[in-house]
Amino acid sequence: MNSRVAYIAFNTFREAVRDRVLYNLIAFALLLSGASILVGEISIDIERLVVVNLGLTAVSLFGVVIAIFIGIGLVSKEIDKKTLYTVLSRPVRRWEFIVGKFFGLTGTLVVNTFFMALGVLLALLYVAHKFETMDAWVLVALYFIVLQFLIVCALSLFFSTFSTPLMSAIFTFALFVIGSLSDDLRGFARITHGVGGWLATAIAYLVPNFSALNVISQVAHGDAIAGRLVLYNTAYALLYSAMAISGAVLIFQRRNLK
Amino acid sequence: MSSTRRVYTVATATLLLGMAGAIATIHAIDRVPRETVSQQALYLRSSTALRRLSLGYTGLLADIYWTRAVQYFGEQHHSGSGDFRLLAPLLEVTTELDPRLLPAYQFGANFLAPKPPNGAGLPGSALSLMKYGIAHNPDQWRLYYNLGFLYFTEFKDYPHAADAFAAGAKLPVTNEYMPILAARMAQHAGEFDTARMLWFTTYQSSKESQIRENAVEHLLALQVDEDVTHLEQVVEKYRLQTGHLPASMADLDRAGFIHGTPTDPKGHPYKLMAGGRIEVEDPKVLYFITKGLPPGMEPPQPGRIAEPRIAEPRIAEPRIAEPKSNSDSK
Repeated sequence: MNSRVAYIAFNTFREAVRDRVLYNLIAFALLLSGASILVGEISIDIERLVVVNLGLTAVSLFGVVIAIFIGIGLVSKEIDKKTLYTVLSRPVRRWEFIVGKFFGLTGTLVVNTFFMALGVLLALLYVAHKFETMDAWVLVALYFIVLQFLIVCALSLFFSTFSTPLMSAIFTFALFVIGSLSDDLRGFARITHGVGGWLATAIAYLVPNFSALNVISQVAHGDAIAGRLVLYNTAYALLYSAMAISGAVLIFQRRNLK
Repeated sequence: MSSTRRVYTVATATLLLGMAGAIATIHAIDRVPRETVSQQALYLRSSTALRRLSLGYTGLLADIYWTRAVQYFGEQHHSGSGDFRLLAPLLEVTTELDPRLLPAYQFGANFLAPKPPNGAGLPGSALSLMKYGIAHNPDQWRLYYNLGFLYFTEFKDYPHAADAFAAGAKLPVTNEYMPILAARMAQHAGEFDTARMLWFTTYQSSKESQIRENAVEHLLALQVDEDVTHLEQVVEKYRLQTGHLPASMADLDRAGFIHGTPTDPKGHPYKLMAGGRIEVEDPKVLYFITKGLPPGMEPPQPGRIAEPRIAEPRIAEPRIAEPKSNSDSK
């Protein structure tokens, strides 16, 4: 990685930590420890299932919310505080600024996810008293959640290059919702004909496919995840993020910052 | 007192009073007679709509609906209302959101079919739920067991019950009683032992407290029915031998037909009535019994009855020959 990109990424990470983003871990820890004690009381025979479902859903939703709310302010905050001009007056290119911000935000979320994953595994150990082989698939589900964050980070950054924070949050969240229903959207496209069908197909392929990245229910039942799916999901998340970041760079390059 | 200090004092007092007042109000609201949460309608019955609203997090939503189903049944059962109209849709939504949530099917088999107040009185819904479960989990013997159990207890459909148990017995992982139950259904033999085996398997294969309690009550009732039948046969034998009915249990003991005073599973002695009938001492605590009741009394059902339920009863294994199953794993 280019040293200027790395520097911006590191500073973005440091700023997020200073903004007390990692404080969400306390809320997460409280939620999971409370839930682990409660599920033992109310969900006889399916304690493991409930902890995996609840834990991974919480990791995913907490992360998406953080990605959106930090991502949307990454560019606008720098403009508002006039710090962007200081950065760009140095030998830093605009694309390096965007890519650095993306890696910084992604790094924050990876660290965040690591600690939340520890919480999920501890809760699992608490209710099941031991780890089983099938628990390894929980790690694959967590990896897919990180891939989901990559896309959400890229999208929020993309919108933040040309829109206000509020509108960026709305756009990103809307895409998250639509992307979570992408399977339904493709099903709808298949049964629609004519212009409507073309339009539905185009939208179905344009919005991010979050449904393929959600394997929480399968791993909760101890199902194995196919190696091919891991490979394809990785490729898809990297390609989609690269596409969104490229879009962000293109817009930011042309943006009049005066 | 400085103005800052005054603000702190007033704000703290208001905060504490507000909190206390809010708690008191909640208690007051709870005392107002109104429909409980469980009696409210189930606004979303479409699993497709719920699947979409969940944004793909269907596993967690299924767990929430499952917990709601168990709580709903528990509350309605405890109140003795006998109104379980939401149980079927709750279980259907749960299993459609997560077709592999096996405890939901077992719960449905035990509480959807029986008539109120012990269940929802919907054997058709229970049957559909089991068939849906088998279609999505064809390798689970418990679902075939539940299907056979329903055919036997609710429909008295022996051929279908035999088919279900036989299909479950063929699975690589099954229960030792499955082939025996299949054979018994085919022969219509030994009603007491068959029923005992069914309820014992239900008790053994579930960790859900409501299912286990229900199985225990049925096992105790079967014990009473069998004891009463046996004691009435003994009384008849005594009459044939002596030419008159015994005046008390002691007469039967002295004649060597019984040893001591026989007691029911709750420890109360059986009573010998005029005409040689046998009655239980306290029929209100023996749910589901069909024999030993005072004339005209309906079989008692669990519900509002205040007597304590037994915590962990001693349950004898069914009296059967050792099975010759293809696997004894469970």
